[in-house]
Parts: sequence; structure tokens; C-alpha cells
Amino acid sequence: MKGWMSKLKAISALIVLSLVLSGCGEPFLSALQPKGEGSEMIFDLMILSIVIMLFVFVVVMVIYTFVIIKYRRKKDDDPNFIPKQTEGNHALETLWTVIPIILLIILAVPTIQYTFALADTSPEVNEEGEEEDSLWINVTGAQYWWHFEYEGLEVSTSQELYIPTDRKVYLSMTSQDVIHSFWVPTIAGKMDVNPTGNTNEMTLLAKEEDVYWGKCAELCGPSHSLMDFKVVAVSPGEFEQWVQDMQGVTGEEVPESATAQEGQQLFADNCMTCHAIGADPNKMGPNLTNFGDRTKLAGVEDYNKKNIVEWIQTKGKDMKPGNLMTSAPYELSDEEASKIAEYLMTLSPSDITTENAEDGVYKDSDLSSLFPEEEEETEEENGENTEEQGNEENTEQTNEENNEEQTDDQ
Amino acid sequence: MSTTARKAGFGSVLWDYLTTVDHKKIAILYLIGGFFFFILGGLEAMLIRIQLIVPDNDFLSAQFYNEVLTMHGTTMIFLAAMPLLFALMNIAVPLQIGARDVAFPFVNSLGFWLFFFGGVMLNVSWFVTGAPDAGWTSYAPLSIFSEGHGVDFYSIGLQIAGFGTLMAGINFIVTIVNMRAPGMTYMRMPLFTWTTLIASVLILFAFPALTVGLFQLTFDRLFGANFFNPELGGNAIIWEHLFWIFGHPEVYILILPAFGVFSEVIPTFAKKRLFGYSSMVFATVLIAFFGFMVWAHHMFTVGLGPIANSIFAVATMAIAVPTGIKIFNWLFTLWGGSIRLTSPMVFALGFIPTFTIGGMTGVMLASAAADYQYHDSYFVVAHFHYVIVGGTVLGIFAGLIYWWPKMFGTLLNEKLNHWFFWLFFIGFHLTFFFQHFLGLMGMPRRYWVFGEGQGLDTFNFISTIGAFLMAVGTIVFVYNMVMTQVKGKKVSGDPWDARTLEWAIPSPPPFYNFKQLPLVRGLDPLWIEKTEGNGKMQPAEPLGDIHMPNNSFVPFVMSLGLFIAGFGVMFQGSYWFLAAIGFGLFFGSMIYRSFKDDLGYHIHKEDLEDEKGDGSNG
Repeated sequence: MKGWMSKLKAISALIVLSLVLSGCGEPFLSALQPKGEGSEMIFDLMILSIVIMLFVFVVVMVIYTFVIIKYRRKKDDDPNFIPKQTEGNHALETLWTVIPIILLIILAVPTIQYTFALADTSPEVNEEGEEEDSLWINVTGAQYWWHFEYEGLEVSTSQELYIPTDRKVYLSMTSQDVIHSFWVPTIAGKMDVNPTGNTNEMTLLAKEEDVYWGKCAELCGPSHSLMDFKVVAVSPGEFEQWVQDMQGVTGEEVPESATAQEGQQLFADNCMTCHAIGADPNKMGPNLTNFGDRTKLAGVEDYNKKNIVEWIQTKGKDMKPGNLMTSAPYELSDEEASKIAEYLMTLSPSDITTENAEDGVYKDSDLSSLFPEEEEETEEENGENTEEQGNEENTEQTNEENNEEQTDDQ
Repeated sequence: MSTTARKAGFGSVLWDYLTTVDHKKIAILYLIGGFFFFILGGLEAMLIRIQLIVPDNDFLSAQFYNEVLTMHGTTMIFLAAMPLLFALMNIAVPLQIGARDVAFPFVNSLGFWLFFFGGVMLNVSWFVTGAPDAGWTSYAPLSIFSEGHGVDFYSIGLQIAGFGTLMAGINFIVTIVNMRAPGMTYMRMPLFTWTTLIASVLILFAFPALTVGLFQLTFDRLFGANFFNPELGGNAIIWEHLFWIFGHPEVYILILPAFGVFSEVIPTFAKKRLFGYSSMVFATVLIAFFGFMVWAHHMFTVGLGPIANSIFAVATMAIAVPTGIKIFNWLFTLWGGSIRLTSPMVFALGFIPTFTIGGMTGVMLASAAADYQYHDSYFVVAHFHYVIVGGTVLGIFAGLIYWWPKMFGTLLNEKLNHWFFWLFFIGFHLTFFFQHFLGLMGMPRRYWVFGEGQGLDTFNFISTIGAFLMAVGTIVFVYNMVMTQVKGKKVSGDPWDARTLEWAIPSPPPFYNFKQLPLVRGLDPLWIEKTEGNGKMQPAEPLGDIHMPNNSFVPFVMSLGLFIAGFGVMFQGSYWFLAAIGFGLFFGSMIYRSFKDDLGYHIHKEDLEDEKGDGSNG
């Protein structure tokens, strides 16, 4: 009974502690309000370590307070009183060596488990025991923006990463200049992106639809604190639609209004050296395929035409100090910049936007429509297999090949 | 006392300090130098906190902010904390072991001047093309790409200061191993001497890693070497390893001597011998040993993989055990004692809970998986300020107030010291406690601005208010130091009723320290003589001539030479002549020093007999 009571007390203490902590910060940014697999695991570990440490702290503080109150020399004490000169106490010293070791083992075991679990990038296994297709995204950090390429899907975007909820997303990460660190506190911990060629991998699994805020966590230059990005977690069905909408974009779609059309021409003449629209591999500057759907300009500024024009005309010199666009050679009149802004704001190839992450509508999908395309691709490469299309064996084989390919890429 | 008490003009005092090789005067030089840079680093901290008082502030520009945060870290670690610790080591260690000076007085002086010129060099950068801006960790390739000469000042300035530190470390090792008074066995050494010895060993093994890294950085930037440039086959991660192989032991270099200070202060003012002396020594050695095997816990998010991360996580957690032993030993030293709440003691008592929190967050950070959230966030900023300010800085202040009489023969005003403590202590917790939460709420470190509506406003505001309290506290302390010296009221050799050898001689001690080397009969030798003898140390040798080293201007010239040469190497082109002059001075001084016989001088027995007092606590 007594053991049961103390267990209950410990659990209720845990609950109180997590409630107190989860009151901290904004729900789209705080690591204390986890909404992803990684952040939840880490949060559990955090609570465990805080409980252990608070126990130690309380023990220290009880002894501390006691000795100061009890053994403080009072005014009427004999100033010549000489306390007993204790050399030590083996039993006590053993006690405060052994107990911390035990406490640390309690913490070390889940730490190691979770460290391995969070580093695990093997494919998910569904209920039938089959390996599911993994959605790999190549993440590139750059001064001061983020680029995302959906592996095998012919989709590229920057600054706003769309992912499906309830499905593990695999990130393969590098940097194209200095070291940055990719951090979305609410759904996962962080991982550095290195320029040295050693690609890092991590996974994201968002459990709720939302627009999560991401930050760069490694000092990368003057605008380090302005290198924000968003992770837009939409339901799998909506994500599927988003990918399909994004796939066809070439940048040659003609916008409706005449000013936007002029803007398109000006954009092609002045900006295309660095910026791509569509799945073009160019990543000198951010990919602008769905620029019209952005919630923020350059990750941090309010998204409106005035700011876009200002950015184009100042090349972001003051909005993002030290950004690499300042060396872009173009010169535009205010009118031209305004036309380009007009054009850019029409770039909205998909009906799926950040609003879909916040509207509460959930469309389920197993995303299978996204992967057969890859199958075709593989078959094109190995031409002789084409006639066996649809064969179950073949599908399995292809999956294996895909996996191998991905491993090689890493 | 005749020599030191003689009134002298400003010029001759200045010349005396420029050429001195006396460990007590070098301690004062380290104190002045270290405190100057402490104030400078503090001003930089205030700029940071003012910038972050409200969201989207534009008080500082982005580039200048990065320079300020880099210089704050670099200054506080290398130019404030370490020299202030060296000040304490220089004043206390030779006296504690009953020595007349350190083993190599010339090298001691050279160490100081190298540190000083290195520090000046770093700060000259403010006026020439801007200060370093890649963080005190100076991660490549950001540090390679950094424009201007800021990072060159960082690499060359730290290189020069680092030589000084390395020399000081070697000097203390040799001093402590060779120059202990008769009867002062290793296990009778005061804990501060022990921690100095261990910290010096750490310096000896850790600083070369920094030296190598800095050389590579210098060559990358100035001579196109590409050690760290990934585009040309270099590897940026190697810099992180080199830096942290140095950087983590550096943390223990900073904290162990502070532990030593508390292990002196707490027994003195609890009037009890240190509880568990041998386990304290063992814990110190163990911390130092583990300190070399945990550097990669600064790199959990670099992508070393789960195996490396797990190993380094467990090794890091292991350090909590010896540290915990120390905390409990201090608590049980207090247990049953007769505690006097003097200002050094109040600093020591403030340290215990503060450092416990720092240690707790340290264990939390060691948990590799959880570190994926903490890493490079304000949680880490809070953690290392809890250990470095809550440990090292409180230790430095405790030690400074405690040994002030030995340095200057006066006693700081106790009342003002208490004011200082409370302002600093409350300010400190206000500043840094809430930063733990800021980090977990999603604020990465080294952020020039934070946006509105991200829930980060309140805690940042509180943090800035706390920083102002700390600043006010520091001003009170500076005022106290100045006023105490202006009044100049002398105190006895043992104003605290203390236990170790340094309190057996007058304050300040005569320039030769001990007229006759004392005979040490156990741990806390003075306490033994107070309780079992006549309260005075017994001599271990008959009165005889004392051999003393001559003052020398050579260390100053050598350091100045490196300082000048640094500019030549940095600016190159037509500035190469500076390098020629600088290296000329440097090597010329070395040659001069090598060929000149400087055998020092002797104080004759007869003159010593004429000196007032018996050289013991009078």
C-alpha cells in the first residue's frame, strides 16, 4: 500500500511538473508543448531528468538550510569554541557516491535508448509487416534560408517545408556554405547541417496539423537570428494533393493580369540566374515555386507587396544583413520591382496552403500515389522490366532498389 | 619590510612592476589586468542584454552584435576568468606550500606579459576593421569566411595569450612538485594548491590542442592553407574537435581552482577541517581525468552518430559523481562547525545552491537525445553561466576578498562586500534562471533579435533587469577596492583566524616570503600550531642567506615583440617590416637572456636578522 502511494505521488508530481512546463512558450515554437514523435520522446526524457535532479537539489538544499541555521555562530556563542575536527565518514561518503551512480544509471538507460531511436532512419513497417515507402527530403541550409527537395518527386521549395502528419518524413541534410542547425522545437530536436560533405539524417513525425516554426541554431553570420523557416504539417491527403499540384510547375505558366505577365518577363531577365520556379535544381537563391503561399517574406518579415518591393530594391540589405543577394547585379526601377512582386504573389500552384494546416480538415491517405512514379522511373532505367509492370514481385523488388538508391545517396 | 615599505615615486613603482618577477606583484598585475578585462567583458554583456530587452530591437546592428557576443565570451574566458584565477594562484600557492617564489620567476613574468599583450591585441580589433564575429568557439568555415581582420585578431591574440597560459601552467606544476616546504607532503597540501596543480596539468595537455587549432585557423586565413575549408578538401568538423578537446578541459581549468578556493574558505569560516580531504583530492583528479573524455558532448548535434553520442553522454554523466562528492563534503564540513558569515563565506554559501543547479542542468545536457532540444539554445547559455559565474566567478570573488590582505595588507569593507554579494547574486539568478525556459521555449543562443509574438518577451526583459543588478553590484565592489586602498588601514597577518601556511606570515608578506622555511606537521599546518603549538610555525632550517632572482625587463620586451609581430603577420604586404621588428625583438630577447648570466642575488643572514619580527605571524 505504501509503495503504491509513493508511486502515485511520484506520478502526480510528474503530471504537475509537465503541466507547469507546458504552460511555457507558444504552441508553435516551444519544446515544452511537444507535438511530434521526436519532441515527445525528448520531453519525456527531460521530465525524467528534471525529476531526478530536483530530488538531488531538494536533498542538498535541506542539508544546506539545516547546517546554516543550526551551526551559524550566534552572538552569545563562545568565540573560542572549537568544533570537532571531523576527518570524514566512510559510510556517508560511500552513500553519496553510490546513490548518484544509481540515479545516473536510471537516466543513462533511456538516454541511450532514445539516442538510438532518434537516429533510426530505417523505413517504417506497416500493420502487415511490409516496409512502407519512405518520403525523403533533401534539406540544404544556406546563408540565410532553407531549401527543400522532395526526393524522387520532382518537387522543390524553400523556406516552408510541407510535410504530411502522422507519417515519418526523412531528412537528408547538408549546407552549402557555413554550418547551420535545423531546429523545429515543437516536433523534433535539432541537427546541424554541415558543409563538409557529411550528410546528416533525421526524421520528422508531426502528430497534429499546424504551422510549426523552425529556427537556425548555429551561429552562421549576421542574420543568424533571421534564418527562420516554417514546417507546414497538413493531413496526408492534403499533402498528396500539394505534391501533385507542385509537380507540374515549370515557371512558364502565364499569370492572368498583364502587370504580372510583365513581371514574369522581368523576373526571367533579372532573377532566374539564382532563383528557380519549379523543380529546377538551381539553389543559388530560394526556390520560389509557391512563393504566393508564403506566410512570411524571407522567413521573418510580414508578407505583403510593399515589403517584397522593398526587399527587391534593397536586395534585403537591412531586412537580412549580410545576405548573399546583396551582390546580385540587377538594377530595377520601382515600377519594375512592383511588377515582379505582383508576379511573385501569383505563384500559388496549389490550393493547399498554410491555411489547410490550421483549418482542422483531415484527409487521410497512404501516399501510395506518390511512389509509383518512382517505380516508373526505375523501370525506365532498367528498360527490360517494363513489361512486368503491375506484378507484385516486381513492386517489392523496386522498393528494395529504391531503398538502396537512397542509401547510396546518403 | 624595509624594502617594500619604502616610499617610491610613480615612475619607479611603474618600473618595478614592469620588471618584477615576484609572484606577489605578478598576482597584483594579473588582478589589475584580469579585472580590467572583466569590466570590459561586463560592458559587452550589458550591450547584449540591452539589445535583447525588447523584441526586434535595433540598439545594435547585426554585425556589431556578433562582434560583441564573440568578444564577451572570449574576453570573459581567456582575459578575465583565467587571469583572475592566476592572480589567486600566484598570491596563494607559493605561500601555501611554504615557498619563497614560484619555480621560474622569469617565466612567471613572461606568462603575465604574454597574456596582457594577447588581450590588448584582441581588443585592438575594435579599432581596426572590427572585432572577431564568429563566436568565441569560432567555428569553421564561418570563421574562415569572416571578412576583415577580426578573426585574425582572435587567432593571433589568443595564440599569444595562450603561450602565457601554457607557461603559467608549467610553472605551477614545477613549483608545486618541487618547492614544497619540509613536511608538506602531497596529502598535506591545501586543496587550493591541489586544484591549482590539477588545473595546471589540464592546461599542459589541453592548450596544445588550441594552439594547433589556432595555427591552422591562422594559416587558413592568412596563408591560404585550407585546413577547414570544405570547398578545397578541408574539414570543418576537425576544428570543432580540436576546439572542444581544448574547450572542455578549459571548463575544468576554470572551475577546479574555484573549488579549491571554496575548500579553503569553508573550513576557515566553519572552523573545521575539510570533511573527506582525501576524497576531495581524489574527486578533483577524477574530474580532470574525465574532463578529457567528454568533449564531444558539445557536438551531439553535429551528426557523430548514436554510438559516439551515447558513449560521450555516459562519460559526461559520470562527472556528476565526483562533483556531487565535493558538494556533500562541503556541506558536511559545515555540519557541526561554527559558521561565521563573513563575506568570503557568504560567496561560498551562495555558490553551493547555484552550482548545484548548474550541475543539474549539466546532467540534463549530458543526456544526448534530450540535448537535441537544449543544444545551442538559451538553456545552454543559462547552464554555462550557472557553472562559470555561479562557480568560477563567485569563487574568484570569494578568493579575492579572502586573500586581499595577503595581496595588499588591507581588508575590504565587509558591509560593502555583503551589498556586492546580494546585488550580484540576486541579479545573477534573475538574469540566468529564466534563460533556461527561454531556451526550451525555442530561443536559440547568439540571437541578435527575437521576434514579437513568440512568447519570449517577458523572460528576456527580466533577464536584462537582472544584468543591471549585477552591474550595480560590480560597481559597489570596484568602489570598495578603491576606497580600501585609499584608506590603507593595515591588518595583521592572520585577519581571518585561518588554517594554512600563508596566514603564518605578515600581510603583505616580505618580498622573500619566509625568513626561514617552515616545518609542516600536517594538514592545515597553522591550525596545528594554533591548537597544539604556540601558534607560530616552527622553522625547518636555521637562518641563512636567501637567494633571490633579479628583476628583468626582458619578459615585457619579448611579449611586446610578439605583439608587434602579430600585426605584421596579419596585415602583410608593406607591414612585413613590423613582423621583422617584432620577431627581432622576440628572438633578440631570447638570445640576450640565453647569453647573459643572471645569477640573482643573496639577502644576507645579517640583514635578515635586522628585519623586524621573526617573519612569522606577528
